[in-house]
Amino acid sequence: MTRERPVPARGPVPGRRPVPARLRPSDVLRVGASGLRTRPTRVILSALGIAIGIATMIAVIGISSSSREQLLRQLDRLGTNLLTVSPGQTMFGEEARLPTTALDMVERIGPVRTASATGAVGTGVRRTDRIPEAVTGGLTVQAATTGLLTTLEGGVAEGTWLNAATERQPAVVLGSTAAERLGITRTGVRVWMGDRWFTVIGILKPMPLAPEIERSALVGFPVAERLLGFDGHPTTIYERSEEEAVEAVRAVLPRTVNPENPGEVQVSRPSDALAARAAAAGAFTSLLLGLGAVALLVGGVGVANTMVISVLERRREIGLRRSLGATRGQVRVQFLAESLLLSALGGVAGTALGALATAGYALSRDWPPVVPPWAVGGAVGATLLIGTVAGIYPAMRAARMSPTAALSTA
Amino acid sequence: MSVPYSGGGDARAVGTPCDARDPDTSCDARDPGTPYVVELRAVTKVYPGGVHALRGVDLAVSGGELLAIVGPSGSGKSTMLHVIGTLDRPTGGTVRIGGYDIAGLSDRELSALRGRTLGFVFQQFHLDPGLNALDNVAEGLLYTGVPRGDRRERAAAALERVGLGHRLAHRPNQLSGGEQQRVAVARAVAGDPPLILADEPTGNLDSGAGTEVLGVLRDLHAAGTTIAIITHDMEIAEWCPRRVRVRDGRIVDDRGDGTGRPAQTMKEVRT
Repeated sequence: MTRERPVPARGPVPGRRPVPARLRPSDVLRVGASGLRTRPTRVILSALGIAIGIATMIAVIGISSSSREQLLRQLDRLGTNLLTVSPGQTMFGEEARLPTTALDMVERIGPVRTASATGAVGTGVRRTDRIPEAVTGGLTVQAATTGLLTTLEGGVAEGTWLNAATERQPAVVLGSTAAERLGITRTGVRVWMGDRWFTVIGILKPMPLAPEIERSALVGFPVAERLLGFDGHPTTIYERSEEEAVEAVRAVLPRTVNPENPGEVQVSRPSDALAARAAAAGAFTSLLLGLGAVALLVGGVGVANTMVISVLERRREIGLRRSLGATRGQVRVQFLAESLLLSALGGVAGTALGALATAGYALSRDWPPVVPPWAVGGAVGATLLIGTVAGIYPAMRAARMSPTAALSTA
Repeated sequence: MSVPYSGGGDARAVGTPCDARDPDTSCDARDPGTPYVVELRAVTKVYPGGVHALRGVDLAVSGGELLAIVGPSGSGKSTMLHVIGTLDRPTGGTVRIGGYDIAGLSDRELSALRGRTLGFVFQQFHLDPGLNALDNVAEGLLYTGVPRGDRRERAAAALERVGLGHRLAHRPNQLSGGEQQRVAVARAVAGDPPLILADEPTGNLDSGAGTEVLGVLRDLHAAGTTIAIITHDMEIAEWCPRRVRVRDGRIVDDRGDGTGRPAQTMKEVRT
């Protein structure tokens, strides 16, 4: 029988020393997997430890990333070109007031597309006149110009917004939170404001950029001045300009609003708060992450334990392999490969589990599910590291084992 | 994968000139001047605790022999098996396996020597229950650097040689004891090693299965393989053409021509 391929040296070559052949990577994998195949229950249980650790970390990172992504998308949708102007304090520490002309002045700034104002009215809003005045429910009554909804790009969930007619009448539009707290879900009902009834004509949708509006009962400027003793000074001016001009507008706003005392004017950008929240959401809680790390560590100890037991149980197999020509190094590599495969199994399962948890949680909250690739890469890296560290001691132990073990009866 | 190529002449040097798979090859194992496959000179082995397992053993085995190393338990025959199998080093004396003085070889080199020069058959078979016969035999070639496809090819040929060509896909638990041991024998011979070491190969088998395994060993021997059977069973010893009796760590009797033919069957020994 002739072969084209060179055959391995059969028998010794006098004068030369025998050199062990190297194991192919595919053979290393096969040999490593062979130890796992025969003990499936144990493999699953010890891989589970790693899987739980990896899943925890992936889920923590994934959920916080999803929350961040959600906020960023919201920011994108709401835009960052909204500025609010509010009164600061006078030089003497008293509450400043915006001039009644402030809104007109803001509207005259070139790049400003739309502006509107609200003014705090000193009364509360209650479901009936039987409720004591002290129970405000955290709600405020504000006078609003009819352009407010346009400037805030908000919408009406129920009923209508104030118009030129209803702003003169005892009619009120409730912010989403205000309606919820008052227990009002439809228009036409009456609420008690100041010392008289106002009819609810609309309920607004949530406004993430102006949460103070969500908590307000809004009436027209004229009716507020006529019936609620409102002084006509706006307390907040909302303004939207071209995106590129935001900074320029911001610079001229104080002087425009209050030329005499520009220092008494505060300008802020509501989207900044959202951006800060997004940044905070991205910084996942280190406590939970630490919890995942501990789980991972425990999983690694589990793998090491499984491997040590496996080595003790397989003295015969090790002896057999040594008698078949395996070097100590090859036995070591076999057990290291087994340990790596075991933790890789846990790592893959954990990544899948973590991604699934992220998707489940995110979808339940209507967030876009996001698992950052670096987190998956980190999980794989951690898995390989753990597999190696957990496998080193058992592998050394296996390699040190006497090759005569296979021959011993018992 | 690089495998050091050695021509056929290298194998001839240790006395297995024939390709045992080819019955036409003429085998002349008694070629004068060839080094012995196994050569023990004044070998002693003292275990920690002062147990003298071998007390000066001299033994030479030429290529193509079939011999039994026989002795009661505690006689030192297992230690001899470990020493010949290069699984253990002697305390004193010289051990040459396939021409190599094992004292000069590192653990790595000894492993390589085992992989290429020796084939082991164990009393407990040591088959992987999760692998079929073919893969169990192919596993025996794992450490020789042969690609997997070739390993399986040779494993199939080896199983054919032990008469199990029809059982390739069977797992150990689907085989009888005798068949399992024949798979183990196939694993030992798959790489065509110059020496097969069989440790109580029939110890776990009933006499029928034992006869079946010995028949396989006889056929391999007839085709030129050198086989040493370590046993305490006098019947098997009588069946072998050369018998080395061990007692108290010494060889007390060594008779017969190892290259002769064994009895046709165990029955002939018994009658």
